[in-house]
Amino acid sequence: MCGIVGLFIKNPALESQLGALVAPMLSEMTERGPDSAGIAVYRNPQEDGCKITVLAQQPDFDWSTLETAVSNHFSLRDITVTRNHAVLCLDSAIEDVQDWMSDNWSDLSITSAGTNIEIFKGKGNPAEFIDQFDIKSMTGTHALGHTRMATESAITTEHSHPFSTGQDLCLVHNGSLSNHNRLRETLRKKGVQFKTDNDSEVAAGYLSWRLSEGDDLDQALNHAIEDLDGFYTFAIGTRDGFAVMRDPIGCKPAIMAETDDWAAMSSEYRAIATLPGAENARIWEPEPTQIYSWKRS
Amino acid sequence: MTEINLDKSSVRDLNVELQGGSSGDKFSVNNTVGKHALSVGLTTAVNVEINGHVGYYCAGMNQQANIVINGNAGPGLAENMMSGEVRVTGNASQYAAATAHGGLLVIEGDSSSRCGISMKGVNIVVGGNIGHMSAFMAQSGCLVVCGDAGDALGDSIYEAKIYVRGKVKSLGTDCIEKEMRDEHKKELKQLLSQSKMHHGIEEFRRYGSARKLYNFDIDQVDDY
Repeated sequence: MCGIVGLFIKNPALESQLGALVAPMLSEMTERGPDSAGIAVYRNPQEDGCKITVLAQQPDFDWSTLETAVSNHFSLRDITVTRNHAVLCLDSAIEDVQDWMSDNWSDLSITSAGTNIEIFKGKGNPAEFIDQFDIKSMTGTHALGHTRMATESAITTEHSHPFSTGQDLCLVHNGSLSNHNRLRETLRKKGVQFKTDNDSEVAAGYLSWRLSEGDDLDQALNHAIEDLDGFYTFAIGTRDGFAVMRDPIGCKPAIMAETDDWAAMSSEYRAIATLPGAENARIWEPEPTQIYSWKRS
Repeated sequence: MTEINLDKSSVRDLNVELQGGSSGDKFSVNNTVGKHALSVGLTTAVNVEINGHVGYYCAGMNQQANIVINGNAGPGLAENMMSGEVRVTGNASQYAAATAHGGLLVIEGDSSSRCGISMKGVNIVVGGNIGHMSAFMAQSGCLVVCGDAGDALGDSIYEAKIYVRGKVKSLGTDCIEKEMRDEHKKELKQLLSQSKMHHGIEEFRRYGSARKLYNFDIDQVDDY
């Protein structure tokens, strides 16, 4: 079991409250996922530049050495360190930064890359995660969150969701995939890299591969219905919004709601109930295999 | 009328109070905010009105009580109900009235997948549509659908009866359309009246078991 939440702000006046609105949603999903939590937040777009989030394996990692090295190689706009994560904003081409990071910093992993996305995740109770990363003060256009109850692989920060699936893309998953081992091997042969033995990371890698083959997100998700075996409710964050899809059996729960101010999804209504105006929102359950998406116009 | 506010009372306190009620007692429950297991395990003919959306397993194991939910219900509504009546004014999520032995469940809106799965005598009336795999392995009782039914309706059904007013996306294995005889018209009329749904019985079709899976038949091995 896991918990998923997603919040998309329609009324720009609420963007300053994104974190304050999404934190109680995440907290409400603690019983579905007390092992670890994570969030992808879309904010501070880097025009003509890029943004990456990196995760340090060692809690005492010396971020000043990274800052110096990055500044020597690239034009660094800004670096913001929060515990074992750092968000780097740069003028450079994102592929150059990613290549340099993987060549030179084996003790760091990139959790997100793009212009808007930032991904933070951590082991432990979601309430601690919310405090440690000061989620409540986050501003932004939209966010996806996940609380994890591990069923098939270890509880580590790297096993936690969201998983990056490409530039400004990420995936959170509630469910379990039964063909992930074979699919992981197939995808490795196609050049997709995996950091863990987590089944959800395979789903993320699969979507990355389909997108790199030229699919748009809808096409990639429709291919996923054919190739992924198991149970899933997916929420996929994009630069402009997010999408939701459930497997054909549809036994993993999902509920969606919308008002003039926001659109939200969650594993359960009680997370949505924390939002202002939820009692009068349009509420519905997503149909299996249908793709639901919100996008900034 | 006793009012219970879930801002102040815990779910456990609520259920203890409702379970201790006497026949005819009236309760109103507010500030539900999607909480789980509200109004479960009642065994007397109390009247409970729940105002707001509810989470998993509302009205589970109900006996005799009359429970109205003014809102939507999450998964497992009225699971294993034995008797009494449960009514939802909105929609219900998956596996409503699963394994229920008796009583009446009325869902005024839609019900999603697996509605009435393994039902064992309950009557279910849905004002809107139902999702896929509804009435899977349904053993007895009636499922009345005033809207459309999703895929694989009545798969591996035993002796439950299904009445559908709208379209059926597909029938499950061993479920077939059957003749609407006088006793079925009478039964349907009574269920529609009891659940306050205003449709003509001639608009419905009846579905039930072809009884071909009751005994193993090697020619149908692919159907198992």
